[in-house]
Amino acid sequence: MRKILALALAGGLIGFAGTALAHDMSGMSAMPIAVEVAAIASNAVTIDNFAFAPASVTVAAGTTVTWTNRDNDAHTITSTADPKLFHSAALDTGASFSFTFAKPGTYQYFCSIHPRMVGTVVVK
Amino acid sequence: MTTDSKGGTTRRRVLECMSWGSAGILWTVAGGVPVARTLDAAPGHAALAEAGAFSFVQVSDSHIGFTKDPNPTPDATLREALGKIAAMPDRPAFMVHTGDVSHLSKPSELEAASAIMKAAALETFYVPGEHETIGDDGKEFFSRFAPRAAQPGGWYSFDQGGIHFIGLVNVVNLKPGGLGYLGPDQLQWLAKDTKGLSASTPIVVLAHMPLWALYPEWGWGTDDAAQALGALRRFGSVTVLNGHIHQVLQKVEGNVSFQTARSTAFPQPAPGVGPGPMPMQIAADKLRTTLGIRKIDFIGTKLAISDRALES
Repeated sequence: MRKILALALAGGLIGFAGTALAHDMSGMSAMPIAVEVAAIASNAVTIDNFAFAPASVTVAAGTTVTWTNRDNDAHTITSTADPKLFHSAALDTGASFSFTFAKPGTYQYFCSIHPRMVGTVVVK
Repeated sequence: MTTDSKGGTTRRRVLECMSWGSAGILWTVAGGVPVARTLDAAPGHAALAEAGAFSFVQVSDSHIGFTKDPNPTPDATLREALGKIAAMPDRPAFMVHTGDVSHLSKPSELEAASAIMKAAALETFYVPGEHETIGDDGKEFFSRFAPRAAQPGGWYSFDQGGIHFIGLVNVVNLKPGGLGYLGPDQLQWLAKDTKGLSASTPIVVLAHMPLWALYPEWGWGTDDAAQALGALRRFGSVTVLNGHIHQVLQKVEGNVSFQTARSTAFPQPAPGVGPGPMPMQIAADKLRTTLGIRKIDFIGTKLAISDRALES
């Protein structure tokens, strides 16, 4: 139990999901928070430890997706399409980039500095 | 390279190697070519006084524009590195910078880096890192740093002291999910560039990302490196100097020796240690032991590499 609580608290430091779990563990109603988490998480992507999280997001057409770099190194959000549909400048620590996806489809992107970092936006 | 009738190293050559060894240099023989390695030890000046000897220095990964821990002032540490070069008793013939001179590819960063490097008053050959090709495929970088004789893609070669130097670009047009990339145009040029050279010509290759699969999980490699090395394998001595990894790592494959250099800005973790290749956090009073430069001495076809930290 002590281990689970510690995990929940650690999770709370790094994201909304952890916060929800922490609340759940303390016996509070998790439902409204969980809904809020889903709404926020669907169009927010973070960069931690050289990875996009979540690596794939699904949004409705017209949604603006925002990426935030929380790494201590620079990254980019670069469409793999040719020509590129979107291409951020180098995002320093704490910097964000947003793009509005108007049409349904599957959009792949990567970090042009660290090309092994890849992600997907599915627009319904 | 002097060899006996059986193709081995002569006794005289071995004795020469041993005489360098006594100066703190570890000699290895790779493909019949003796290669010296030193760690923070310089070859004797008497040896360098031999006819035809020359040296150059490698500087790498200066990341001008980086503002975070462990080094919010990479401009200061780059100046310190250049100060170490200026203080060398035998002045190097030139410098090479193996990429990531800037952190975010901003013209202001490239301008600042250029001003600091120019203050060293040494001819400098640059190859780009992925940190100065963001958004414009290196246009701003090449306009400041590419030699006049560079090919349209930014790669080039030149000769000095009997050595053929090749500057490669493996940080442009990177493919999603991939590593460093040279591309068919550059590979074709490389084959043509080296075609007429005698196999005994020593080759030094400059590239930012390693040309060996050092740690692909962190992007430490080049997808089409094997094709480039294919064009170079016939040469008796090939030395690949790269940056990107922010630490000294070496590998010898036949006649090809791969050498990654220290950064002048911040260290990175050993391959696979920790979640990724991010700046390694280190106490301020230890930072300079992880930063440094590299001196390369040539005497004839012999090459001695000496990696020197800013502080020991």
